[in-house]
Amino acid sequence: MSQHLVVAPILLPLLIAALQLLVGEKRRRTALALSIASCVALVLLAAALLLEVSADGALAAVYRIGDWPARFGIVLVADRLSALMVLLTSVLALALLPYALGRWQHRGGHFQPLLQFLLMGLNGAFLTGDLFNLFVFFEVLLAASYGLALHGSGARRVSAGLHYIAVNLTASMLFLLGVSLIFGVTGTLNMAALAELIPHVPERTRALLHAGAALLGVAFLIKTAMWPLGFWLPRTYAAAAPAVAAMFALMTKLGIYVLLRLGLLLFGAGAGPASAHFGSAWMLWGGMATLVAGTIGMLGARDLGKLAGYNVVVSAGTLLGAIGLQQSAVTAGALAYLVISTLAIAAFFLIAGLLASDGDDDTDDTLSLEPYEQPGETPANESLYAQEDESRVVIPAPIAMLGLSFSACAVLLAGLPPLSGFLAKFALLAPMLDDAGRGAQLLFALVVAAGFCTVTALCRAGIQIFWVEPERIFPKVRLTESVSVALLLGLCLLLTVWPERPLHYLRDTAAQLHAPGNYIHAVLPGAEVAP
Amino acid sequence: MELVLAAAIGILAASGVWLLLRPRSFQVIIGLTLISYAVNLFIFSIGGLRTGADPVLHEVAGNVAQYTDPLPQALVLTAIVIGFATTALFLVVLLTSRGLTGNDHVDGEDGTP
Repeated sequence: MSQHLVVAPILLPLLIAALQLLVGEKRRRTALALSIASCVALVLLAAALLLEVSADGALAAVYRIGDWPARFGIVLVADRLSALMVLLTSVLALALLPYALGRWQHRGGHFQPLLQFLLMGLNGAFLTGDLFNLFVFFEVLLAASYGLALHGSGARRVSAGLHYIAVNLTASMLFLLGVSLIFGVTGTLNMAALAELIPHVPERTRALLHAGAALLGVAFLIKTAMWPLGFWLPRTYAAAAPAVAAMFALMTKLGIYVLLRLGLLLFGAGAGPASAHFGSAWMLWGGMATLVAGTIGMLGARDLGKLAGYNVVVSAGTLLGAIGLQQSAVTAGALAYLVISTLAIAAFFLIAGLLASDGDDDTDDTLSLEPYEQPGETPANESLYAQEDESRVVIPAPIAMLGLSFSACAVLLAGLPPLSGFLAKFALLAPMLDDAGRGAQLLFALVVAAGFCTVTALCRAGIQIFWVEPERIFPKVRLTESVSVALLLGLCLLLTVWPERPLHYLRDTAAQLHAPGNYIHAVLPGAEVAP
Repeated sequence: MELVLAAAIGILAASGVWLLLRPRSFQVIIGLTLISYAVNLFIFSIGGLRTGADPVLHEVAGNVAQYTDPLPQALVLTAIVIGFATTALFLVVLLTSRGLTGNDHVDGEDGTP
């Protein structure tokens, strides 16, 4: 039974989604119960998988479909990184479900089955062991994400979705070109077999292999929203329904996952002198450019949804730069940052949704911020100073809860102590100081500066929303919706007080990634590679 | 034969890219279709071109070098199916957008000069 554990996170959502389609739109409660059961089961399965692969001396768990040998058949591989990502996906989905109980679920059809298909695609992409199935699972999750991005309809969503779909269809074409070039050179698409073959590719065709890998990389960099390929992201994410945008916060991390996996497995230190570290400089400098572009966007964002969208870009840029360095300690920190930033950004999207949605009209439901003051103009927010000490403002409980969550998000995203965002950022930045390279030092400076700008932008938004207009009528907050936010932030809090074992796990994960011999041996027993 | 196929792929891809950068939705969708044709032909040709060779083994296998590589053909089938489905999906969104905004522009303009 336990050998089927690897395939279960893919099959379960597929089955549940099919059942939900059969149940139909009328019986929402049944569909919802199925979703909850599926997400709870997925969390348990992912946790079991994580325990299995993190046992002492365990190899990566390999599942050969139809028991064909790995060179001929399709394999699914779960190593520490895959198990971590699957767990993150299922925890995020489970935490978002209470929010999905809210009113906006009724604004469009088939939300629950689409979510399950998205989970299937995500889990499949994290677990697959060959490039073509990566493409297939990518298309599954993209097709589901098109539906989810348009959930609720409306002109703004549809026109943002149009760009999102066109960009992603083009990226898929680049993906296919890259995959077929790599297949043409090496004759295999299995990642482990590729890692074994790449050091022995003849000089004549190596340029073609690199071209294929670069095309593949561009497809994932579009997904990760690297500057200048990421202009679609803030608009699409700001237009999507809050719970959907929160789930999408994970999708840029999928691009990061693939770049990390392929970068270290195929073009790590063991790939021979001609191919080692191929593309890592692009990731490092591209990541820095993304970081700068995201920070500028964040400071200029005029509504809360876009602000959250640019936060996604900033975190993607930080991660890209960090994995471009290709050092074990930095990778461990980057993984910690990945987990925390995903949870925090998801919570931020939910809060933005809670603050913005009032009543039934949601065609234009993002909260806009005041423009910056022009020099010489009288301050627009005089009320902030004028009414001080005159009357004691009583803050109702839901607003206090929203305000607290908002500031917790800001602290997490900026990486300030005492919350876990600081721990993650510290784990990311500390090893960079030991690196004498100019790239690492510049990245260090940029990440710190971006943290400062995050504080500025979020403080400005928070002051305008919660303090300047005490008479602002906040929309009603339902209990179920706040449960989601509380769950996500509670997880971050848990990781603050109990960081030791997760960080230890991440360090081992990074060590495993930087020594791909384990992965290759697990998939292809008897392969000849340097450990 | 290689030259003809390469030229065909190149022309398809170039026209596709040009159409993709046009402002109206019909041109974009035709552009995407042309690019996907080019990509499919490219995948098909990646196993090496050979006239009259079978991808499937006969009863007696004989010399494997006389067969053509079957894997690119399997890959291209999957790619065609997926490309077709996603293009259809895109078409639906385009029609919705046309219904909601009243014009068929994808570049944010409303089409009035």
